Amino acid sequence: MKQGRIREEVVMSGEEITLSFGGITALLYVNFAVQRGEIFSIIGPNGAGKSSLYNVINGFYKPQKGRVFFKETEITHLKPYQIARMGIARSFQNIELFKHMTVLENLMLGRHIHIRYGLFKSLFYFGPCLKEEVQHRKRVEDVIDFLEIEHIRKKHVGTLPYGLQKRVEMARALCLEPEILLLDEPMAGMNLEETEDMARFIIDVNSEWGMTVLLIEHDMGVVMDLSDRIMVLDFGEKIAEGTPGEIQQNALVAKAYLGESDGAFLGR
Amino acid sequence: MAIKCGVFKTTYEEDSAIWQTKVSKFWIALLLIVLIAFPFVFQGSRYLLYVCNSVLIAVIAAIGLNILTGFTGQISLGHGAFMGVGAYASGYLMTHLGMPFIVCVVVAGCVTAIVGMIFGIPSLRLKGLYLAIATLAAQVILEFVFVRWRAVTGGSQGMLVPPAQIGGFAFDSDFKFYFLALAFTLMAVLIAKNIVRTKSGRAFMAIRDRYISAEIIGVPIFQYKLISFGISSFFAGVAGSLWAHYIGIITPEHFNVMISIQYLSMIIIGGLGSIYGSIMGAVFMTLLPEVLRLISGLFSNQYPILVNIFGAIREGIFGLVIILFLIFEPDGLAARWKTIQNYWKLWPFSY
Ligand SMILES: Nc1ncnc2c1ncn2[C@@H]1O[C@H](COP(=O)(O)OP(=O)(O)OP(=O)(O)O)[C@@H](O)[C@H]1O
Ligand SMILES: [Mg+2]
Repeated sequence: MKQGRIREEVVMSGEEITLSFGGITALLYVNFAVQRGEIFSIIGPNGAGKSSLYNVINGFYKPQKGRVFFKETEITHLKPYQIARMGIARSFQNIELFKHMTVLENLMLGRHIHIRYGLFKSLFYFGPCLKEEVQHRKRVEDVIDFLEIEHIRKKHVGTLPYGLQKRVEMARALCLEPEILLLDEPMAGMNLEETEDMARFIIDVNSEWGMTVLLIEHDMGVVMDLSDRIMVLDFGEKIAEGTPGEIQQNALVAKAYLGESDGAFLGR
Repeated sequence: MAIKCGVFKTTYEEDSAIWQTKVSKFWIALLLIVLIAFPFVFQGSRYLLYVCNSVLIAVIAAIGLNILTGFTGQISLGHGAFMGVGAYASGYLMTHLGMPFIVCVVVAGCVTAIVGMIFGIPSLRLKGLYLAIATLAAQVILEFVFVRWRAVTGGSQGMLVPPAQIGGFAFDSDFKFYFLALAFTLMAVLIAKNIVRTKSGRAFMAIRDRYISAEIIGVPIFQYKLISFGISSFFAGVAGSLWAHYIGIITPEHFNVMISIQYLSMIIIGGLGSIYGSIMGAVFMTLLPEVLRLISGLFSNQYPILVNIFGAIREGIFGLVIILFLIFEPDGLAARWKTIQNYWKLWPFSY
């Protein structure tokens, strides 16, 4: 299944990333390297530092130590919008959409970095500007078709159920046509059917669109099924990394998860 | 490729058109005819034409402020002063440098845009009330410049500005100026509408609604805030320039903080984040004092003793009406208009 999809090229890596808030250490000397075409999952108990790692990658948090690379370029000190322009898009654990706008407007905003016409041309609208708008609208429609959200195109995002909002957020990230897609708990709060749909979408963007995916997810079934490799964080430290099979055998990981009330990890 | 929704459209071009049905095109055409025919009918009434011209100029400035405050979410208490920059710049260019009106108005807009962007720099760090205070400072500084930089502005004596002239035709009466103002206003509406429905406008709204999301999709927030200040001030500058060439003499009082507040009220009453709202707000706020003056004039004729009191009552009613509007129409006139429109769209099944 995975033959030929992954290439021996590191598209994203972190070196000794260390981040703390006052006395709390969110990340401690975290090293990782993601290869092109992979689905690379990050798991760990609550508060392990997973979301913080995303925030470091896309420039919201500046680590006290360490560096982040996109291919060969260091991006540690770039601004979030610059990192987005390089080809890294993400979704958030607590959905960050434009709630008062329609799905369509949200997605057109996802095309922002690809729109070429300048302010001056947009003053007249008709002509080059309209032509480009239509092109981008077509790309947006492709994403809409792909994620099966045709029926809610003109709905205001704030009025949609949680599961659909998660999907719209992923759609907006896809509209950026990123090389790397960071998903933060895309299945959280979804029922079984929605979870399965989302899993299918992730597999499809990865295998059909060739997008490298980083995935944070608490649903171990999903993680084990989708991931090529998994990195485990605990109290900000990386305690394990490997294929799903290796992670399931890992004693340290089992121990870290033993504290979890529902034994989510061992349960499987 | 078909798009499903209330009104059936078959292409993306149609889907994004401003006026989506033949019916609305008809109404727009009718409105245009009325706007053009109007001054011919009321040619005799200079007062009425003066009010109309004031409304038209106010619409341009209000649209500018709405782009900044309503669409981008950056409050400004300096809009009046920015109009002043445009007015003085235009007057100076014409009287001292002998430039033709069209050049004056464009350059005045650009100068104002630059000044607006400079005073917009604090928006990098400041939001909400703090930004309001920073822009209020801009207002105070600019007013100071208007009064003190006598060589350019004529100080509190004012500056005499010759009427607008295009290709030898002078717009030197209320009647003639109306058409100039109307042309500029229509252009302003169209341009603003085009800005807000394309890349920059969407970026503005993104910044207003959720700046984290705006950053994550690659919008450089500070750059777009400055662009918004620039566009907004450009509109203010053009409006100021028109006003200067219309009224003939400008003094610093024309551009004081009360004007800034009045424009803020216009866009709040009309509807933040709506171009049509800016129009309605400007019409309403410019007409209201005139209507009140008319009414108090009638009363004063009958009860001459009350003349002085009616002056004060008029101000009070003006304030009261605004407060009532804010309470009962918090989303602005534009939102009310939409509900009425939707009602008629489905008529007679609109229950
Ligand atoms: N902005 C912040 N200010 C202060 N502390 C923070 C901030 N962001 C994260 N933290 C702290 O850093 C630690 C890691 O948080 P993070 O959100 O990265 O965890 P997580 O692995 O994503 O957990 P969860 O599974 O609950 O989403 C936590 O102790 C958290 O309280
Ligand atoms: Mg998290």
